[in-house]
Amino acid sequence: MWDYTEKVKDHFLNPRNVGEIENPDGVGEVGSLACGDALRLSFKLDEKKRIKDAKFKTFGCASAIASSSALTEIIKGKTLEEALKVTNRDIAGYLGGLPEEKMHCSVMGREALEAAIANYRGEKVIKEDFEIVCKCFGVTDNEIIKAIRENDLNTVEQVTYYTKAGGGCGQCHPKIEALIERVRKEMEKETPPAKPEKKKLTNIQKIKLIEETLGREIIPALKADGGDLDLIDVEGSKVFVALRGKCSFCPSSEFTLKQYVELKLREFVSDDIEVEEVRP
Amino acid sequence: MKTVYVDNNATTKVAPEVLEEMMPYFSEFYGNPSSMHFFGGQVQKKVNEAREKVADFLGAEPSEIVFTSCGTESDNAGILGTLDSYPEKRHLITTRVEHPAVGNVCTYLGRKGYRVTELAVDREGRLDLDELRESITDQTAVVTVMYANNETGVIFPVEEIGEIVKAKGIPFHTDAVQAVGKIPLYMKKSTIDMLSSSGHKLHAPKGIGVLYIRKGTKFSPFMIGGHQEKGRRGGTENVPYIIGLGKAFELAKKRFDDENTRVKALRDYLEQKLLEKIPNTLVNGDRQNKLPNTVSVSFEYVEGESILLLLSDLGICASSGSACTSGSLEPSHVLRAMGVPFTAAHGSIRFSLSIYNTKEEMDYIIENIPPIIQRLRNISPFWKDYLKSQGKQ
Repeated sequence: MWDYTEKVKDHFLNPRNVGEIENPDGVGEVGSLACGDALRLSFKLDEKKRIKDAKFKTFGCASAIASSSALTEIIKGKTLEEALKVTNRDIAGYLGGLPEEKMHCSVMGREALEAAIANYRGEKVIKEDFEIVCKCFGVTDNEIIKAIRENDLNTVEQVTYYTKAGGGCGQCHPKIEALIERVRKEMEKETPPAKPEKKKLTNIQKIKLIEETLGREIIPALKADGGDLDLIDVEGSKVFVALRGKCSFCPSSEFTLKQYVELKLREFVSDDIEVEEVRP
Repeated sequence: MKTVYVDNNATTKVAPEVLEEMMPYFSEFYGNPSSMHFFGGQVQKKVNEAREKVADFLGAEPSEIVFTSCGTESDNAGILGTLDSYPEKRHLITTRVEHPAVGNVCTYLGRKGYRVTELAVDREGRLDLDELRESITDQTAVVTVMYANNETGVIFPVEEIGEIVKAKGIPFHTDAVQAVGKIPLYMKKSTIDMLSSSGHKLHAPKGIGVLYIRKGTKFSPFMIGGHQEKGRRGGTENVPYIIGLGKAFELAKKRFDDENTRVKALRDYLEQKLLEKIPNTLVNGDRQNKLPNTVSVSFEYVEGESILLLLSDLGICASSGSACTSGSLEPSHVLRAMGVPFTAAHGSIRFSLSIYNTKEEMDYIIENIPPIIQRLRNISPFWKDYLKSQGKQ
């Protein structure tokens, strides 16, 4: 038995906004009988171009029905631009999460929304320049790439959970693997390498790290300007320092301390560090 | 909430008589049947009695009965134990609709270099015996064909298949996990060489199975170990479960007619009422040759998991061949092999009855399903399209 949240059960047993809007502004339809789930979404805009009403019809399992219900609730009152920012994660989040194997239900919701808005805007729903990767479920490379990016997917299994691609005969698994590798490489290039995570430090480790950081990042720069700095004490997150040399009578010393020394220590030691000057 | 349990092809209730029979053999008579002392000897006697009861039900010799841990082990042992005895033969024949306990063993053997022939079934789930005849070669080591299908209840003409296979001198194994207790079996006059059965499908507990091996059949043990089961299955006997299984077979013999008359009548009643009350409902599988306890129907344009959860909300426990219930994305391999259209395959529901079901329970199901199907059809985009296409709306 699937481990559905209470919210999923509620939206399955009491789905909101079931039906089809008469004379809708936009209609989007995704999935098919063969695939085992399908969603038809229709919406109507008010005079301010906000989604006044949204309705759905869904063929599928409990999580598909609940995801559709959640989607209609989420997009009501939104402008189309706002609605287009809704991701499958938002839908799953609204429901308190979905079993990973069922994430494709939330992806189907987002795809129906995109299709409905494209329909309203008179855009071609079928985009050119794609390749069908999974022939069993008719999933394109673009859809797979989008799912990998938006959900930070790593494995073929995950891609199947989110898009259904690869869930049939399995012949496309090598292609999906190649897509994952390519997209993940692109993603790595786009996001700068994350800073090493700051660990919780013991007092001694903290003091050592403060000393090292001051010695490496701060004091050389101050010395270049004829100044210097001594570490006096550390009490919890408070770091007491004394400014020496030119710094001790520099009018911008307050600025130096807060904007320079404190920022550097926060970056390398701990986010909550406050620097205070000890005057002789 | 009351529970209406109609998922007996998945597992059954342990009969109270079976449990009662088992209880003394946990803490009171816990001896090892292989021991030389009286304390083990008395247990040995009970194990022998259980073996006799199983043999009696199957129309076999007690020496032909091997106790295993489950139906899956029996299937593995039957197939692999035979292949091991004919190492020079590299071909086996099975069907497309086997339970995974056989199907995945064959897939595994395919990867290991065996040639595997999977016989097709028609729209009713029936085999083409000419295809079987044509598939047999002098390389064929074993033929394994299930007795009755767990999803549809369709019964294969196993004796006829056995005749074809035996005429070529090839060992014949059948997975009879769903058939035992529901179909008359008499191994002394049968063409079957090996037959798998499972305790928990006939009111014994989970964790005990049987492999019948005809006297004179070449067989290498799958579970290698001690001398138990005449060297055909190592491992200390699961005494309480074996004793429980013996009792379950004894009961099955007594209740055999009840299964084939009263239970069958309940099944027919349920099936007929579902077809009557719910439009666009199809029965899956050959209605002439079917287990007396199984109904497999498809409700078009709705999806099985949704139906099951709404049923479950009312205390009704059934199962589905829909994709979403299995964790895979495709509907059941059995329904696909039969070519059941997608409009129906995703909306398949199986009700499997037992001697514990009542007419009141059938009425409870019959009363509650139509609104559930209607409710899901009202949510389904395809139902309205279908009605439109029929000029009904």
